[in-house]
Amino acid sequence: MFPELTGYLFPNDVHIAWSLMIVMYPYVTGLVAGAFIVSSLYHVFGREELKPLGRFALAASFCFLLVAMLPLLNHLGHPERGINIIVTPNFNSAMAGFGFLFTSYFIIVLLELWFVFRADIVRYATTSRGAARRFYAILSLGVYDGSAEAVALDKRITRVLAAIGIPMACLLHGYVGFLFGALKANPWWSTPLMPVIFLFSAVVSGIAMLILLYQLAMKLKGTTTDREAVASLARWLWLFMIMSLTLEVLEIMTLGYERAEEWEVISHLLTHQLSISFISIQMVLGGLIPFILLMLVVVMGRFMHDRIHNTLASVSSLLLLLQVLAMRWNVVIGGQMFSKSMRGFRETYVPGLFEKEGVLAAVAIFTLPFVLLLIFERVLPTFDHLRRGPPDDDGLD
Amino acid sequence: MNDATGTRDGLDDATRREFLKRLAVAGAAASFGAIGLILPESAGALATSDYDWTRHRWVYLIDTRKCIGCGACVRACRVENDVPDGMYRTWVERYHIPAGGEAAVDSPDGGAGGFLPVAGAAEPGKAFFVPKICNHCEQTPCTQVCPVGASYSTRDGVVLVDAERCIGCGYCVQACPYGSRYLDPRTHTAEKCTWCYHRLVKGRSTACVGICPTAARMIGDRENPDDPINEILATQRILVLQPELLTKPQCFYLGLDMEVR
Repeated sequence: MFPELTGYLFPNDVHIAWSLMIVMYPYVTGLVAGAFIVSSLYHVFGREELKPLGRFALAASFCFLLVAMLPLLNHLGHPERGINIIVTPNFNSAMAGFGFLFTSYFIIVLLELWFVFRADIVRYATTSRGAARRFYAILSLGVYDGSAEAVALDKRITRVLAAIGIPMACLLHGYVGFLFGALKANPWWSTPLMPVIFLFSAVVSGIAMLILLYQLAMKLKGTTTDREAVASLARWLWLFMIMSLTLEVLEIMTLGYERAEEWEVISHLLTHQLSISFISIQMVLGGLIPFILLMLVVVMGRFMHDRIHNTLASVSSLLLLLQVLAMRWNVVIGGQMFSKSMRGFRETYVPGLFEKEGVLAAVAIFTLPFVLLLIFERVLPTFDHLRRGPPDDDGLD
Repeated sequence: MNDATGTRDGLDDATRREFLKRLAVAGAAASFGAIGLILPESAGALATSDYDWTRHRWVYLIDTRKCIGCGACVRACRVENDVPDGMYRTWVERYHIPAGGEAAVDSPDGGAGGFLPVAGAAEPGKAFFVPKICNHCEQTPCTQVCPVGASYSTRDGVVLVDAERCIGCGYCVQACPYGSRYLDPRTHTAEKCTWCYHRLVKGRSTACVGICPTAARMIGDRENPDDPINEILATQRILVLQPELLTKPQCFYLGLDMEVR
């Protein structure tokens, strides 16, 4: 009845309770947090070289955020009761923190978006006609003050919101790692390193996604990419991937060196069930190779032609996006490939194509943020030199 | 022999016929009663008005040395609690540990159909059965993680799930170190052993305890000093599963082997 079981599994452990959707959830949330950090590098820390995509990063974070809850809802046996996590939470449950973290982070991002784009909204509301005018009028919330002082105030508020948003984004994603790390029943999950690993890999995936999206957006708009922006992102990416990978390796090394009871199970897991997704993809293809490529970009970048420079950064980004996805898979699915009897394994898990929580549903959910981003870009263009209307002199970004 | 005694005592035929008739009726009633023991109680009808959950504290005891692996408990549980195929609220594990060798463990269909002989069973070593059930832990990780409080502990020490509140996230399934929980594919909610709470509150035993032919399973009330379970717990050497996790299981074992977790 069940595929490839070896050894003895507790009879209820042959089922995979957390499917592909629970792999998707931390992946998308990670992109939210990562993109937000990039936008904050400009808005809070004033990294001027990231100015071209400060607003774009925020918009991207918002679009991923809109979708972040969908995998969870699709996973729940009773999505109609999902709201109870917020309405009647059990405060002892780590999962109950979700409602508060998600809601407060959502509000912060929404507010920051409004202040960042307010001057644009006001301009569109006053220069466009018909339905568009009414639409932007609603977005402006009736505030039409486009004076220099008002815009300067917007900028100050933006900086404060972005600053509050950083710990919020870290909490939102650290919390996802905590969900796994704080389960003593599962030795593959239960480590205090888990939230930290999740956080760093989130930033990695966010930066990598922005390197790709930014270049793609520029290509679609028919303009050239800002080399300095890509170079800066690549440097940050290298730094965060080094930290992320180091933590991932350290965790395994500690487990292996301690040779505690769980190592018997985990060493088997790593060399059998997860040999491809962990060793080949998470460590080598998505870890070691982009590490070397990014080192070239960062150290030798100034000797490179733009095209080579950006291509190397893009390839690394693509591989790192794969690496983070593999890491989520290895945690979520890997943790269910062995039984809590500690003497039985499931050999493979292949999600179905058409099932409710299958591959197609995952692809559909993952496509959505990009569609949303396209729409967002049409409603509120994020790139400075591509903004509609008269060239702005508000100095707001 | 009836005949002989009947004539010897001078009973007439009519009296004898009447006696046999009554015997038959009583026999039929008794066998119906026995069936009644394993017929499902209506799960809808819960606590009777005179049940006070502050005056009970339920604990469970499994004597692995008495279990013969017949699987009647698994079957009884299935009938009593309408457990879906492939899911288990209780199951029986068989351990076969050849001298100096690796333990072989199995539990085909949770042991519901009993166990067929294994190859090498005649080799020197040890073999035994271990019935498993939800441990109804005092410090239970499963209710701790439930985001909506659908999973909870009753005052009398039973861990239950409110199927009308459960959102089916599966977090409790992941949090249970003993594999006691499952997501019911029909209701999409978490389900588990309830110690037949619907029977306990009516003063009846659980289905698995009631059916066990060797009394390997016992359920008892810590608040009742006359309950024989208290003397066993007080005087025998008992163990719980995975004590290092500090979940404080309320299901105790006699004769547990170190290979069992």
